[in-house]
Amino acid sequence: MILGAERKIASWHMLVAIVALSIGTLFGPLQALEHMGINLYPALQSVGLQSYYQGLTLHGVLNALVWTTFFITGFFTLTVTYTLKKALVYPMLSWAAFIVMVVGLVMAAIPLLLNMASVLYTLYPPMQAPWFYYLGLTLVVVGSWMSGWSLLLTWAAWRKENKGATTPFIALGSLITVVLWQICTLGIAAEILVMLLPWSLGLLPGVDAQLARTLFWFTGHPLVYFWLLPAYVSWYGMLPKQAGGKLFSEPLARLAFWLFLLLSTPLGFHHQYVDPGISEGWKYLHAILTFSVFFPSMLTAFTVTASLETAGRARGAKGLLDWILKLPWNEPSFTAQAVAMIIFAFGGIGGIINASYNVNLVIHNTAWVPGHLHLTVGTGVTLTFIGILYWLLPHLTGKALWGTGWARAQSWLWLVGMGLMSNGLHRLGLLGAPRRTMLGVATDNYGTPDWLFPRLETGIGGTILLVSFICFLVVVVKTMMNKETAKVEMPIAEALQPEGIPAWLNNWQPWLVGTVVLIVIAYGPVLVSLISQVQLVSPGFNVWK
Amino acid sequence: MHVDTYERYWIMLTAVVLIVFTAAVGISGFMMGVQVPVPEALVNPNTVATDPTSRFANPGLRQLAPNRYEAYIRAGSSPWKFVPDKLEVPVGSTVTFYVTSVDVQHGFKLEGTNINVQILPGQVSKMTATFKTPGKYPFICTEYCGVGHQNMFGELTVK
Repeated sequence: MILGAERKIASWHMLVAIVALSIGTLFGPLQALEHMGINLYPALQSVGLQSYYQGLTLHGVLNALVWTTFFITGFFTLTVTYTLKKALVYPMLSWAAFIVMVVGLVMAAIPLLLNMASVLYTLYPPMQAPWFYYLGLTLVVVGSWMSGWSLLLTWAAWRKENKGATTPFIALGSLITVVLWQICTLGIAAEILVMLLPWSLGLLPGVDAQLARTLFWFTGHPLVYFWLLPAYVSWYGMLPKQAGGKLFSEPLARLAFWLFLLLSTPLGFHHQYVDPGISEGWKYLHAILTFSVFFPSMLTAFTVTASLETAGRARGAKGLLDWILKLPWNEPSFTAQAVAMIIFAFGGIGGIINASYNVNLVIHNTAWVPGHLHLTVGTGVTLTFIGILYWLLPHLTGKALWGTGWARAQSWLWLVGMGLMSNGLHRLGLLGAPRRTMLGVATDNYGTPDWLFPRLETGIGGTILLVSFICFLVVVVKTMMNKETAKVEMPIAEALQPEGIPAWLNNWQPWLVGTVVLIVIAYGPVLVSLISQVQLVSPGFNVWK
Repeated sequence: MHVDTYERYWIMLTAVVLIVFTAAVGISGFMMGVQVPVPEALVNPNTVATDPTSRFANPGLRQLAPNRYEAYIRAGSSPWKFVPDKLEVPVGSTVTFYVTSVDVQHGFKLEGTNINVQILPGQVSKMTATFKTPGKYPFICTEYCGVGHQNMFGELTVK
C-alpha cells in the first residue's frame, strides 16, 4: 500500500526536526567546554550570540522541545497509518497541524536568536519573554494536538471498518502516547494562556511563581514520556524485527503503555520536592507514584531484552550470553538503538535517586540533573531517533543509506562521549555544583579542587559528542545525495505468541477513567489551594541583558 | 494471559524493590526527620525588602537561645546577591534559614548539609541544620536567575 501524503508529511517533519537538532546540538560542546574552562561565547558575540545562557536556552528549546516534537509527530503519522493500513482520513488536518507548528517555531525562534527570550526551556516566570515567544510555543503545542487529532480520527474510522479487531501494537502504542500528550499539555496550556501570555501583554499585573511552576511540571514530567514512548514503540515493535527476532510478550508490552498513560502525569511534584509552597504529604504521594512508573520501565527492560535474545538465538546463538554477540551489530539502525538502550539503563537507575523524595535533596538543581537527562532524553530518546532515521531516511527518500561505517562509528563515539560527559556532570552534581550555571566561572567563586577532573571529563565528552554528531550529519547529507537507490520498509515485529491479548488491554475506557481520577486525586487539592491563595504580584524581569 | 515464568519472577522482584525503596524514603523522611521543604509563609515580593514589619527588611542572623539561631536572607538579581552573604555561628549551633526572593526564582543550597531549596518570589523557604564541624560552608544559588547567576553565593562560617 502506498501512503503518499503520509510520507510527504513525515518527510517535512523530519526535515525540521533534523535542522533543529543540528543547530541545537552545536551549542552543546560550547557549554561542555565552558565547564572545562574554555569559554568560546565571547568570541561568538560578533555573530550575535550574547551569552552562555542564550546558547543554553537555544540548546534546550531546539533539542528537547523542537527536535523531539517534530520527530514524534512525523514518526507517528507513519506508524499509525502503516500499521492500521489506512490512509489519514483528513490529511489536510495533518498539513494544517504542520503549518501551525512551523509558524509557532518561527515566532519562538526569532526572540531566542535575538537574545530576547533567554529564559531556558523551563521559562520560569517572573523572568519575562516577549508575548510572541509564549504564543509561538503555544502554537507548536496546538499544532502537535491537531496532528494527534488527525491520527485519532483515522483510528476511529479504522475501528468502524474493523469492528471487534484488536488495534495493532505499534498503532496502539503511538495513539496512547498521543493521548498522554493531549492530557498532560493542559498544564502548560493553562500556564501560558491564563498567566504568561496576558501578563506579557500587560493585561495581568503579575504572576504567581509557585502556581506557574506547578502548572509547568504538570506537563514537564509526562513530557519525558512523550519523548520516551516513541522510542519504546521502536524498541518493542520494530527493533526485534530488525534484529531477526520477535516481540517476546506482546500483552505485557501493551500493559506497559497503558500504565504509562495512567501514571505519567500525576507525579510532577518530584520536580518540586524542594519547592516551598507544597506540603510534604503531597510530595510523598507523588514520590510513590513516581516509583510506580518505574514498574512499566522494568517490564520494558525485560521484554525488550528477551525479544533481542529471541533474535540472537534465531541467528544460531548457543549458551547463556552468546546471543548478544550474534545480534546485527553491523546494522547502524540496530547499533544506535542498542547503544541508546544501554545508556538509558543507567539513566533509569539514576532516576530512582531523583525520585526518592528526600534523597533528592542531595542532587536537586545540581549538575547531576543535566547528567541524568543527557542519558535519558539526550541518548535513550535522541540516539534511538537517530537509529530510526537510519532506516527511515532511506524509506522516505528511496536512497540507500550512505556510509554504514560512519553511522556505526557515530553510535560508539556517542557512547564514549556521553559516558564521559554524563559521568562528569553526575560527579559535579554530587560535589555540589549547580546545574544551568557557567561552571568555569563558578569554580573561581565556590568550586573546589575536586571539581577539576569531572570538569575535564565533561569538556572532553562534549567534544567527542560533537564529532559523533558530525558523523551523523555527514551520513544524512551524503544519503540525501546518494545515487544508489534502496527500497526499505518499516520494520514491524511479529509477536512470539500472537494470540491471547485480553480485552482489557484493548479497551481505552478503564485506563482513561483511571488516568483522570489519579490526576484529580494527585493534583486537585493542591491546585485548589494554590489558586485560592494566588498572588498575581510579580512583574516581569529581564535578567539576561 | 500468558506470562513467562522468568518474567513473572522479574515483576515480583521489581514490586519488592519498589516497596522497599518507598518505605525507606518514607521512614527516613517522616520518622527520622530527613525532611523536604514545606509551606512556611506568603509575602509580597515587591515590598518585602522595604516593609518595616517584614523580617526581610532587616535581614541577618539573630540568636534565639544558646546555640539556636535564625537567619533571614534575601535573594535578588540586581545585582546577583544574597543579602547578607556572610554569616558566622559557633560550633554546635542549630540555624533555621528563612529565604525569599525579591525578583526572579533562585535556589539556596548550603554545601555539606541537606539544605537545598527553591527560592520563589512570594514564598518563604525555611530549612534547618545543625553545624557540628567548624569550617566554611558556602551557600550557592542553584537556579538560573540571569547572566550573573554564577556569581551568586555566600558563606557561613562555623567557628
